[in-house]
Amino acid sequence: MAHRPFPLAAVAVAALLGVLTLGTLGVVLAQAGGGGLTAADWAALRFTLWQAVLSALVSTVLAVPVARALARRRFAGRGALIALLGAPFLLPVIVAVLGLLAVFGRAGIVNQALAALGLPSVSIYGLHGVVLAHVFLNLPLAVRLILHGWQTIPAERLRLASALGFGPGATWRHLEVPMLRAVLPGAALAIFSICLTSFAVALTLGGGPRATTVELAIYQALRFDFDLPRAASLAALQFALCSAGVAMAGWLTVAAGFGAGLDRTAVPLAPAGWRTALDVAAITLATAFVATPLLAVVLRGAPGLIELPGQVWAAAGRSVLVALASCALATSGALTLALARGWRGFELGAMLPLAASSLVLGTGLFLMLAPWISPPHAALPVTVLVNAALSLPFAFRILLPEARTIDADYGRLIAALGLGGAARLRWVTLPRLMRPLGFALGVTAALSMGDLGVIALFAADTGATLPLLVQRLMGAYRMETAAAAALLLVALSFALFLSFDHWGQRHAAT
Amino acid sequence: MLRLDGVRWSEGDFNLSADWSADAGERIAVIGPSGAGKSTLLALIAGFLAPRAGRITWQGRDLGPLAPGDRPISILFQDQNLFAHLTLAQNLGFGLSPNLRLRPDDNAKIDAALARVGLAGLGARKPGQLSGGQQSRAALARALLRARPILLLDEPFAALGPALKSEMLTLVREVADTTGALTLLVTHDQADAHQFARRTILVDAGHACAPRDTEALFANPPPALRNYLGT
Repeated sequence: MAHRPFPLAAVAVAALLGVLTLGTLGVVLAQAGGGGLTAADWAALRFTLWQAVLSALVSTVLAVPVARALARRRFAGRGALIALLGAPFLLPVIVAVLGLLAVFGRAGIVNQALAALGLPSVSIYGLHGVVLAHVFLNLPLAVRLILHGWQTIPAERLRLASALGFGPGATWRHLEVPMLRAVLPGAALAIFSICLTSFAVALTLGGGPRATTVELAIYQALRFDFDLPRAASLAALQFALCSAGVAMAGWLTVAAGFGAGLDRTAVPLAPAGWRTALDVAAITLATAFVATPLLAVVLRGAPGLIELPGQVWAAAGRSVLVALASCALATSGALTLALARGWRGFELGAMLPLAASSLVLGTGLFLMLAPWISPPHAALPVTVLVNAALSLPFAFRILLPEARTIDADYGRLIAALGLGGAARLRWVTLPRLMRPLGFALGVTAALSMGDLGVIALFAADTGATLPLLVQRLMGAYRMETAAAAALLLVALSFALFLSFDHWGQRHAAT
Repeated sequence: MLRLDGVRWSEGDFNLSADWSADAGERIAVIGPSGAGKSTLLALIAGFLAPRAGRITWQGRDLGPLAPGDRPISILFQDQNLFAHLTLAQNLGFGLSPNLRLRPDDNAKIDAALARVGLAGLGARKPGQLSGGQQSRAALARALLRARPILLLDEPFAALGPALKSEMLTLVREVADTTGALTLLVTHDQADAHQFARRTILVDAGHACAPRDTEALFANPPPALRNYLGT
């Protein structure tokens, strides 16, 4: 039973990931040797931690009433709403920012309303803007994680509660609080880790000495100051930060955010009266908070779609190519590692990229490549590689449970019939993995399509990907064109995700 | 001849030893309480477990170095005997070629094997469209095609009703007679042993006893078997 398919390939993938993450870290540390951290760098560290803590706390606290309402109410469109909560995970960050600007920006809906009432306007820039964007992006994730927690309360426990005549208060104390105590720390920590590597949000809504994340500081040191040692020191700091975040998150394991079930037969107690109004309000407000900025992008972008400049189409083409290449790399790498279980090193290798960030990998590769090749020339290949590495852990987590099921169900039969590696892959593994493979390809393609990170470090004025172009258009205050390009970006991201996912489902073995 | 030569297996508190032989073409029942090690015995012979000591030989050849699929053995498990996403014809095809590269005349062999177990014309169906009894028949048809000299049955019919099970045992007899296979049938039902096997192995208290004449064994059961049968 020691036989495993493609262990050599798995060793190669794990080694490549090791070189990409630890190798770049080595290059970065060697460069960082002399450069100490300045006061500004410490400020960036403090800001990074503080915004991540605030974003995690606000997201999880606000998610509790929404998740509870979704857990105990049944209404038309509930399933669709829960499915939609998975969408922001795939939403390009720059599009989210654009939508939030349309609602909360200087000329946005909120400020227009305030002005009409004669009240002073609010600014979206700075700490609260960064936190607002992070809550917008992560509240749905928090709701799904917490909803999953609610659904894990056993039906028998709920039946017992109603048999004993528990009111909402007693249910809260005896069932819901213990569940939340188990679920909330993991959910908060997951969001905290995500926000540690925030780049696009900080780039657009933060900036300046008081709202710069470490990730953004790396970019500025490299791109504007050409201060390689300082960029390297910051990258080393960021790597330490992410590793600590991953280590803590691994210690407090959380269920995957997109796996939450939709319906179970047991519907928890649904108290009537003012609590109904509370639940309706929670669901309505959360939906409005997530949907309004997206609608704003659609409304502002749609008119510009017909006369998009050529550079937008060129950037879109580049982005699609990058997404296709990196989703193929990430998913095949993840599949190789998922099939080669048995040695813990493979699993660790698959999770290694979580300890790095786009800009850390970018800085390392920049330092490695700069003596040999001009960065703009390497921009697209590097982006493909970095995006593939950073999305590989997600693909791995999607594929691993199903790969384990195949082993549990058919491992002995495969051995008894003497199926070799290739026959096993062709006749059993691939047919049975089609559904999660399609999903993994879709997720990694959409993540890569929307990514705005390492490309900003490498690209010249020409040769931008679509997210970078949207950011540049925003920077040039060409908001109509930016919104139209953003709309195209969302459409392409979700089209990629849906076609891969659909392909997987259509070819899934039944 | 299948020979278990001082075979020992242990894991934690669990022990199993066996030291006996069985002739080619014999039909033997394996009986004993749950958890005694009946399935472990079959897993050792099939190659899913490696003995801690001793060796297992077939016609004088040590099976130790052989992977399960390369042993002269077909095995039917309690469940998961068929790939749910493949058709019956494809599932049976693995009995002819482990990479499913079939020769032109192989399809005729598959159809004949299906007909032989009473599933004529169902080659295009998937296992999910069949009853439990039909799935067992399909797995037996694959064993027929594999035609290995040893057939191990690890309670594959436990989920079937008494009449259906008796029918399946008759079919196993036919398959075993056709392929001339030494057949080991794990069961917890005395009637199965009587119907199927001239000799019976009692597995109890960490020991797989040498096969004994079935009628004699049950006519004068040792204390362990008497406890198990409750007589």
